[in-house]
Amino acid sequence: MRARHEPTVNVEVLIDRLADQLQVWLRSKQISEPAIIGIHTGGIWIAERLRDKLRIAAPLGHLNIAFYRDDFSQIGMHPHVTPSKLPFEVEGRHIILVDDVLYTGRTIRAAMNEIFDFGRPASICLAVLIDRSGRELPIQAQAVGKTLKLKPEEHVKLSGPEPLALEITAGA
Amino acid sequence: MTENDIQLDHKGRLKHFLTTEGLSRQLLTDILDTAASFAEVGGRAVKKVPLLRGKTVINLFFEPSTRTRTTFELAAKRLSADVLNLNISTSSTSKGESLQDTLHTLEAMHCDMFIVRHASSGAAHFIAGQVAPGISVINGGDGRNAHPTQALLDMYTIRQHKHDFPPLRIAIVGDVAHSRVARSQIHALKTLGVQDLRIVGPKTLIPADIEALGVRVFHELEAGIEGADVITMLRLQRERMRSALLPSEHEYYACYGLTEKKLKSARKDVIVMHPGPINRGVEIDTHVADGPRSVILQQVTHGIAIRMAVMAMVMGAGPESG
Repeated sequence: MRARHEPTVNVEVLIDRLADQLQVWLRSKQISEPAIIGIHTGGIWIAERLRDKLRIAAPLGHLNIAFYRDDFSQIGMHPHVTPSKLPFEVEGRHIILVDDVLYTGRTIRAAMNEIFDFGRPASICLAVLIDRSGRELPIQAQAVGKTLKLKPEEHVKLSGPEPLALEITAGA
Repeated sequence: MTENDIQLDHKGRLKHFLTTEGLSRQLLTDILDTAASFAEVGGRAVKKVPLLRGKTVINLFFEPSTRTRTTFELAAKRLSADVLNLNISTSSTSKGESLQDTLHTLEAMHCDMFIVRHASSGAAHFIAGQVAPGISVINGGDGRNAHPTQALLDMYTIRQHKHDFPPLRIAIVGDVAHSRVARSQIHALKTLGVQDLRIVGPKTLIPADIEALGVRVFHELEAGIEGADVITMLRLQRERMRSALLPSEHEYYACYGLTEKKLKSARKDVIVMHPGPINRGVEIDTHVADGPRSVILQQVTHGIAIRMAVMAMVMGAGPESG
């Protein structure tokens, strides 16, 4: 297994790019008071920065989709699940959902299911740092930091929270 | 195979949950941590997660119960499982069907989990040894033997208030002889590292060999609870007493009933627990049961999270584990 840091990618630049795209998105939809939710753990780091850049008033939402995974019966229960915390009214809210990597789309499906268990949002838009190939579900992001074409055996991982760095590993 | 091995699969994960005896500190802590993750689900608009969707849980109750059965049912439903409640005392066994036949009949309905409550000690172990490999058994209380989910929800409640176990002084008061709750609590508390564990009650209600479990015995209430961080009161189980072990409930209350006055010998920040149902004026005074130090209703709430955790863990052990 060899790991390589992606030297050409500056994560902070990608986050700025996401913030710009979201700004445009929010303006075009005339959304004034969105809430932002990060998916545990990488998504939370990015969402935290986006919340500052976009000056979002609502406290940051934390989502841990462990209880919504579709592979639970194969992988079992992890004892240390940081509970999900959405400290704002979801009902009728415009929501920005943030994750580090969009791959198969299963995480996002699980995350949307979980959000709906807190209430019915007015809308959800998706922001991801990396959009990589390999989708298995009809899910697409509204804001994308960078698109990567990767082979199935290649993995991309965000390490953080300080500093944020992308690492691409080619499988054995 | 000993009764403790049967609880774990070949990877050491929880497969059945029958007793706290012999489980590692790590595993007990994992259950408490998992329950802490589930506790938040009860506060949601939709109090449900899809973890056990499509699984069928059968509440197999050979002995009446309200609290345990309903919290197991609620826990299973919050995990999106389908739940069937069977009160066997009123069903097939009265028509002469054997326990094994009842089990095989239920297995044929493709269920995934049995929650068993039975008046005979060892019933849940027996059933766990009988069921098909894919099925998990959780002990909801067997005779005088064990009530592990109750003990774990008590541990959860203690941890919420006192954080770390080893330095605590804990007193278990009352009818220890008939109490499966006390037995499960003692095993769990010792495993979690509690040094100063006390058993308080009249000689007739305390098993002779109990000190072998690493507890100190007191026959006087105020001495037993002196400086205690946690007091857990046990229900006087008249229905399990076959001989005259007590002069009268009135006299028992005079000696062992927990009143505000007697509580003064415990620490100021003591918490008072009771597994329920409470006999007010027998083992505990109403003012204490409803007072500021009582955490009795919190215990009920925590029971749901603990039962969700245990159900999720035994089902997550995977189908190949046998």
